Amino acid sequence: MDLFSNLALGFSTAATPANLFFCLIGALLGTLVGVLPGIGVTATIAMLLPITFQLEPVSSLIMLAGIYYGAQYGGSTTAILINLPGESSSAVTAIDGYQMARNGKAGTALAIAALGSFFAGTFATLLVAIFAPPLTIIALKFGAAEYFSLMLLGLVSAIALAHGSVPKALAMVVLGLLLGLVGTDIYTGTPRFNFGITNFADGLNFVALAVGVFGIAEILRNLEDERSRKVITSQVGSLFPSREDLRKMLAPMMRGTVLGSALGVLPGGGAILASFAAYTVEKRLSKEPHTFGKGAVAGVAGPESANNAGAQTSFIPLLTLGIPANPVMALMVGAMIIQGIVPGPNVASEQPALFWGVIASMWIGNLMLVILNLPLIGLWVRLLKVPYFVLFPIILAFCSIGVYSVNSNVFDLYSVAMFGLLGYVLIKLRCEPAPLLLGFVLGPLLEENLRRAMILGRGDPMVFVTRPISATLLALTVVVLIVVLLPSVRAKREEVFVED
Amino acid sequence: MAQFTRFAGLSMLGLMLGSAALAQGYPERQITMVVPFSAGGPTDTVARLVAEKMSESLGQQIIVENVGGAGGTLGAGRVASAEADGYTVLLHHIGMATSATLYRSLAYDTLNAFDYVGLVTEVPMTLVARKDFEPADMAAFVSYVKENADSITLANAGIGAASHLCGMLFMQALDAPIVTVPYKGTGPAMTDLLGGQVDIMCDQTTNTSEQVRGGTIKAYAVTTPERLEIFPDLPTVAEAGLPGMEVAIWHGIYAPKGTPPEAIEKLSAALQAALADEGVAAKMADLGTAPSPAEDATPQALQAKLESEIDRWKPVIEAAGVYAD
Repeated sequence: MDLFSNLALGFSTAATPANLFFCLIGALLGTLVGVLPGIGVTATIAMLLPITFQLEPVSSLIMLAGIYYGAQYGGSTTAILINLPGESSSAVTAIDGYQMARNGKAGTALAIAALGSFFAGTFATLLVAIFAPPLTIIALKFGAAEYFSLMLLGLVSAIALAHGSVPKALAMVVLGLLLGLVGTDIYTGTPRFNFGITNFADGLNFVALAVGVFGIAEILRNLEDERSRKVITSQVGSLFPSREDLRKMLAPMMRGTVLGSALGVLPGGGAILASFAAYTVEKRLSKEPHTFGKGAVAGVAGPESANNAGAQTSFIPLLTLGIPANPVMALMVGAMIIQGIVPGPNVASEQPALFWGVIASMWIGNLMLVILNLPLIGLWVRLLKVPYFVLFPIILAFCSIGVYSVNSNVFDLYSVAMFGLLGYVLIKLRCEPAPLLLGFVLGPLLEENLRRAMILGRGDPMVFVTRPISATLLALTVVVLIVVLLPSVRAKREEVFVED
Repeated sequence: MAQFTRFAGLSMLGLMLGSAALAQGYPERQITMVVPFSAGGPTDTVARLVAEKMSESLGQQIIVENVGGAGGTLGAGRVASAEADGYTVLLHHIGMATSATLYRSLAYDTLNAFDYVGLVTEVPMTLVARKDFEPADMAAFVSYVKENADSITLANAGIGAASHLCGMLFMQALDAPIVTVPYKGTGPAMTDLLGGQVDIMCDQTTNTSEQVRGGTIKAYAVTTPERLEIFPDLPTVAEAGLPGMEVAIWHGIYAPKGTPPEAIEKLSAALQAALADEGVAAKMADLGTAPSPAEDATPQALQAKLESEIDRWKPVIEAAGVYAD
């Protein structure tokens, strides 16, 4: 079997003491980067690039990949403990994970996240090993029309199944869309909503928005009342999930993995949808949707599995085509080029040891991460006992360093402050930040692909229905809308909102 | 982390200052090389390749700092207003010349805000198409594009990108308006070309050479005056009767206006030494480019290049009527 000899080659490459060491270093660094709020993977890898020049190409890629998926594990930690997601994917984890922490189940939430990530990582690595080439072919069938329909489906489901008041969720999505419009229009070069400020030319900074709206706002809210600083719950509870929790997480974990693997393959931002989509699906399928937003196990397990699976499969376009799916992958391309390997469709056939070594190391790295993270949970949870007058300034400092490190631009720090205030106002108005983030991320993609599809289709809107994949996605969107508008479902949903 | 590096840098600086009385002249501490694009991109790669070697001959570390945004003008603006002490330099590409026209309100005066260190490399470009694009060779390609201009689509990586500039030249040379499809960066544009969603593109060999070699896209011509070693079978655009389409993505190193001449001299010498290094040449060759010859890695050559390129692109951009602000 080709696959077995390939995997054997991969494991023999990845399991040399040196490569195991770099895999561990990468996983550790990644976890750390993920845990420290605001400090992004991109910035870390950019800073480590010079070090990788001295390493073997395989070792350096194994380490960089480790940082990337390690951060997916670590990123959920702060999201759960202090409601501070560092990446768009962990924003969803924050919704129910943070609630679990407030209910004294921080350890359980962290364990669920780690186990879900490991399961997803294992499955997705296998998928990369077996199906990378055919999946690439499918991914290439996704043109602008398909992306548009996919994003539309994502947005519609998000609004339809939002928790809390629908008008408010809708308002948040729209606000997110509007914020996403800021910046230079890529088709005409026209600056939009930038008030003549050059720093707005490339749009608002995502990290600044996420850190401000989630983290800073949460700190502000906690500071306003002396007695109820619930950002830090002194009561920690059991560290490991109960049998009941494990039973509850099994199905969401599997669904999240499949969803994340599928969306992660798409090079044009499909991975962004993964955790949002998984959350939506879980809430829809759940027998107890009212628990969502209040600490549902499925609301952590699904999205966490999805984002880790997506992180693994987003290597597929890079490995098979040499096309980076996101800024982190772009950095890896840079690292490869400096090592003298130009990424492209030939890497798998010309550098089999490198190709399969990196894939094998992903599984080894995931194993290391779960072994590493389960005992660390006790340590992370102890963070919650740090008094707020120590914790808050530290969080603020790390957020600022992290945001600054992305573009070395002081302006981004002002943005954090501004979005922190915005987030605080939103909390006061009882509006949720997650739909805002989804709108902010999807809005520009939606517009970009809509207009590109129209350009490619010479202005004929039929392109969206004559292309089979796009038509299917649009049909699904309609189904979602109908389901939501059906009276029985609506009654059920209103029941859910009563509690808000 | 950035803070940490800077902190490490500062403590190193402290150590250096102690021995400053002994070490005569520049450079006495680490130098920051600003790349006005994100890390991992082709310009960043070029910068890191030469920065590593230049560090060796200068005896001080050159730290690459990515200050991306607004088509490279944010990073260039940062260096324009930095202290002119030789410890901040800028590595920018052809965009330095084109942004003088593409941006109607720049925060700096392109021709008067910088001193020049030298040219680094000139990356050739290739005319490529999706792999099942009909024409068999360059001659057929030119006539096919002219005849079917209405139904062909031309991808580029966004306004001001190398592929956008080359695309404008191509349409001007053919005198045929082609529907242009902008993307956010080369990655997504190349993906759509691989998937056959768009028809043609003109991009740097850095991005196209491996795809062409792998047979996932088709190449028709190179934009250099001579044929390229990596594509011996591809004609030049001049051979195909489009001499006006010759273009290369040249990269240069600049310093803020008023940088001490000794510092400029040392930087130029270090650049020339780096470009003469075999390892650097080999890695550039993998990317389908070559180090600039020593006589081009000089302040005079870069200044002349910048001036002539501003003059060359001004009418092209104005004719296209596309601005980035």
